[in-house]
Amino acid sequence: MQSETLAALNTLAGGLFLLCAFGIVATRQVKGCLQLFVAQSVLLAASAFLLGARFDSWHLIAVGVVNLIAKPVVIPWILRRTLHEEIYTRREIDQAVNIPTSLLAALALVILSYFLTLPLLEAVDPASRLGNVPIGFAGLFLGALTLAVRREAVPLLIGVLAMENGVFFAGIALSRELPFIVELAIASDGLILVFVVGVLTRAIHKHVGSTDVGALAALKEESGP
Amino acid sequence: MAERILYNLLQVAVVLAFAPLAVGVLNRLKERIQSKRGPSVFQPYRDLWKLFHKDEVVSEDASWIFRVTPYLVFVTPVFVVLLIPVLTSYPLAFAFMADMVGAGFVLALGGFFAALAAVDTANPYGAMGASRTRMVGFLAEPVFIIVFFTVSFVAGSTIPYIVQKQWIASAANFFAPSHVLLMAAFVMLILAEAGRIPVDSPSGHFELAMIEESKALEYSGRGAALMKWGGQMKFFVLMCVFLNVLVTPWGLASSQSAVEVLLAIPLVLGKIFVFILLLVAIESSLAKLRLFRISEFLGAAFITSVAAMITRLFAF
Repeated sequence: MQSETLAALNTLAGGLFLLCAFGIVATRQVKGCLQLFVAQSVLLAASAFLLGARFDSWHLIAVGVVNLIAKPVVIPWILRRTLHEEIYTRREIDQAVNIPTSLLAALALVILSYFLTLPLLEAVDPASRLGNVPIGFAGLFLGALTLAVRREAVPLLIGVLAMENGVFFAGIALSRELPFIVELAIASDGLILVFVVGVLTRAIHKHVGSTDVGALAALKEESGP
Repeated sequence: MAERILYNLLQVAVVLAFAPLAVGVLNRLKERIQSKRGPSVFQPYRDLWKLFHKDEVVSEDASWIFRVTPYLVFVTPVFVVLLIPVLTSYPLAFAFMADMVGAGFVLALGGFFAALAAVDTANPYGAMGASRTRMVGFLAEPVFIIVFFTVSFVAGSTIPYIVQKQWIASAANFFAPSHVLLMAAFVMLILAEAGRIPVDSPSGHFELAMIEESKALEYSGRGAALMKWGGQMKFFVLMCVFLNVLVTPWGLASSQSAVEVLLAIPLVLGKIFVFILLLVAIESSLAKLRLFRISEFLGAAFITSVAAMITRLFAF
């Protein structure tokens, strides 16, 4: 395929990636949140493949393969094993801020990310001046926003992973020669993170009876004698 | 010039004739998905025929607004059809009268009068439906405006015939994120404006849950038929705008030859059929939203359209 088509498809993946990031901030269901994260990871891998084909870089293709295995397959599998009932039975997520407000905040963050990255893009070489960079930054910010507005363990975890997706999305456009070992390390880090948080959440669930971590902010006092 | 006027009238005739069919096909397919046989695809025509042959009863206390509204609801989509590309990819005789923003306002005029007429008869369900429609309307308005201004910004024009050429100029334009996001936002807008499922249930007959339908509750006979037909045409017009301007101008006649214009009719109907399949999939897989969740649905549409605008503004 010619370079222009690849670039167009890559931009498309970027737009859909941004849409998934919005969805992660705003969906009500834990399962929907996880599915959007999976879709976002697939788009990240797609973008890595497209950029790899465009720049003839096997590093990027390897990043795509690692992402395609780790995020859409292994992470949901681990979560299903550790937290099955939390994902598939609870319907609604507790939000600290209501959904329209958090969406507007998300919008402001996306605009901010574009303003922040445009001067940065002046510095890099023109071939790397892709939509990936601002969209990746936006993904990072929206993941952070998810951490701020959600009060439920699994969506919080997905927020962290979405931040990582955002960083990757920007990274694949900027660097084509990232040492492979670093990528493998990051991917396995993500898996370990999921595993640890999954086990932790299970422990919280066992002790408290729910994974609504927003409720853990208040101190519980024993009633006096 | 005479040809252009003729084709323009042909365009109106196509919309008048096939708008009920589109709704009929949609209803039939929805029933089929639920393993029911469903009404015939020609049922909307029979309904219209029946209503036109019934007596009309108008409340003595109703004002002129109530009497005028069915005609306005019927005429506004017809007027918009004169402006937009339905069969041809070049402007026809009356297309000079307004651009997309103007067409949007004309469509909104019909909705405005329908809401007024619903309040006019003092039927409590009418006023409730009117206030709910206004709620959906004012949440959908920003999406409408952002979508049309982004589209106009991309093409450098608010004339639909210029806009539609923009997207097929190259694959890069078609797959531009702004275009894809705009399409997503506009589908959500069509669902809200036409009262389709996640926002409103068109087949529900429970007055308390009605949004769109409750406005026409007081109409009978010819008034009811015109309201119904007008609503079906509005739906058809929205689909035409979406398919012919925002998605693909493919299949439209590009020359003045009569054969090509006539050939465009089945092609456009085919495109609409494909879009109806998509709508059936959406409507059958989603549940109707609770009233106060509609703001979240349209908020999502708004975010999508603004994201489209941002990715366009900062494209490089």
